[in-house]
Amino acid sequence: MTINTSAPAISARAVRKSFGEHVVLDGVDLTVTEGTIFALLGPNGAGKTTMVRILSTLIAADAGDIQVGGHDVSGDPRAVRALIGVTGQFSAVDNLLTGEENLRLMADLRHLGRQAGRRRIAELLERFDLTGAARKPLSTYSGGMRRRLDLAMTLVGDPAVIFLDEPTTGLDPRSRRTMWQIIRELVTGGVTIFLTTQYLDEADQLADRVAVLDHGRIVAEGTPAELKRRIPGGHVQLQFAEPDALHAAAAMIPGATPDDQLTLQVPGDGSVASLRRLLNELDDTSIDVEHLSIHSPDLDDVFFAVTGHATTEPATRQEEKVLQP
Amino acid sequence: MTSFAYTFADSATMLRRNLKHQLRYPSLTLMLAGFPIVFLLLFVYVFGGQLGTGLGGHGAGGRGAYLTYVVPGILIITVASAALGTAISVATDMTGGIIDRFRTMAISRGAVLTGHVIGSLLQTLAVLALVTGVSLALGFRPDASALEWLAAAGMLALFAFALIWLSAALGLAAKSVETASNTPMFLTLLPFLSSAFVATATMPAGLRQFAEYEPFTPVTQTVRGLLTGGPIGTQAIAANAWSVGIALASYLWAVRLYNRRRAATQN
Repeated sequence: MTINTSAPAISARAVRKSFGEHVVLDGVDLTVTEGTIFALLGPNGAGKTTMVRILSTLIAADAGDIQVGGHDVSGDPRAVRALIGVTGQFSAVDNLLTGEENLRLMADLRHLGRQAGRRRIAELLERFDLTGAARKPLSTYSGGMRRRLDLAMTLVGDPAVIFLDEPTTGLDPRSRRTMWQIIRELVTGGVTIFLTTQYLDEADQLADRVAVLDHGRIVAEGTPAELKRRIPGGHVQLQFAEPDALHAAAAMIPGATPDDQLTLQVPGDGSVASLRRLLNELDDTSIDVEHLSIHSPDLDDVFFAVTGHATTEPATRQEEKVLQP
Repeated sequence: MTSFAYTFADSATMLRRNLKHQLRYPSLTLMLAGFPIVFLLLFVYVFGGQLGTGLGGHGAGGRGAYLTYVVPGILIITVASAALGTAISVATDMTGGIIDRFRTMAISRGAVLTGHVIGSLLQTLAVLALVTGVSLALGFRPDASALEWLAAAGMLALFAFALIWLSAALGLAAKSVETASNTPMFLTLLPFLSSAFVATATMPAGLRQFAEYEPFTPVTQTVRGLLTGGPIGTQAIAANAWSVGIALASYLWAVRLYNRRRAATQN
């Protein structure tokens, strides 16, 4: 039950999964190098959680060849389970026990032994800033504390590969930063992390490689820098009082696309020079703009760039790969 | 450690977890004990005077005789009532997030269910001891020898084991905790259609046959015979056969449901 060093930490080929008629994963390929952070980026319903559940032996794929730590997920799930740790989207803690008892439960199930278990528990409580609340029931824990305990429980057995399904969803900004810091520290210890997220900035902050999942397919993959190069550097949104003004502006500004009847999207990075140029042009032709806002790139922009549709729209079959104005 | 040692260690860990739940939140245990105690008081003090006179062969009649008659029935309904708790605790686990964590760990199969079943069995024995204590306080005076007491306890424990596995399977089959707390309710109804409260001979045909052949009657008669004397005969064989049969079938069903759930869960 060890990692085969020549193999990647995670390798998946042509993974397919349907629930009834609904195709959730439609031929997913991915490879995660040992000791790196890999982010699977996608909106709700893209199939991220299903992918994590398959990789972590919770459910079986319909087809595909999947190995974690060199062990086949369907052929030898026990060997895989001995290597991995999973922190899911919904807190996997025992609400009727205290924080310390939850960790004790994990230590016992990992067969750590009394001494080693006690040492590990004390160390994790300290590291996750839970020592003060260790003997309190979980009903008194905040969302951030619960998430930290959840992750601490995952770490009890020193897993070599850790799956984090949306580790910061629902956390306040401060808890989110704490969680990011913890994840970064983990990887310095040599573990491999597979995380899913809906936030571009989270993938950008943490991941060595990012794959974008859309309707069960990987539509883009690369380092965060490579991915961002494919995204327009944000856009400026112009709001008009009447449709006529919008039409006039749309005809004048190259690359502008109407969002709806009264708003126009203009590609641009929001730099002062480009904004001044844009406003001057509008001023010269005396088009009245009611409201202006600047958008930095987010998940929607990634999707727009790599799939040609927004996250919320249903997939179109002829996907234009890059729609860079 | 061998794989057997791991199975044992994991089951013991899960048992400790369930016992901790019971001790920390004793309200469920108290509710499970309260139900048969209320029935005991109701049947002895409200109906007992009247029902006792109809007993015939069982001593001098009246409330005291009925107490002697009904206590074994109350112990059986205690077993049925305590088994309800298993369905609730199993369903609570299955619908929560922690079960997914257990399933991604290299834990021996079945440890989760074994922990629940043994935990419920110990809980049932504790509740049985409490109900027996209340019965003795009310004046229940069995003439059983130590060996007969032991045999009666063994019979109750075996029957409890069977109903707990059945309840665990019902808890696994339920989609929600609410459903799980309702489906095993029929278990508390069946004692009323048995010899637990009145002799089956007084029932009309049809119902009488049902009462004579359903599992609660032979178990009640066996415990009654052991504690307060009276004929046991073939009842003990039927009682043991029913218990082993229900336990085995429910065990197989529960394990099947547990494994299938693993395969079917989505998102």
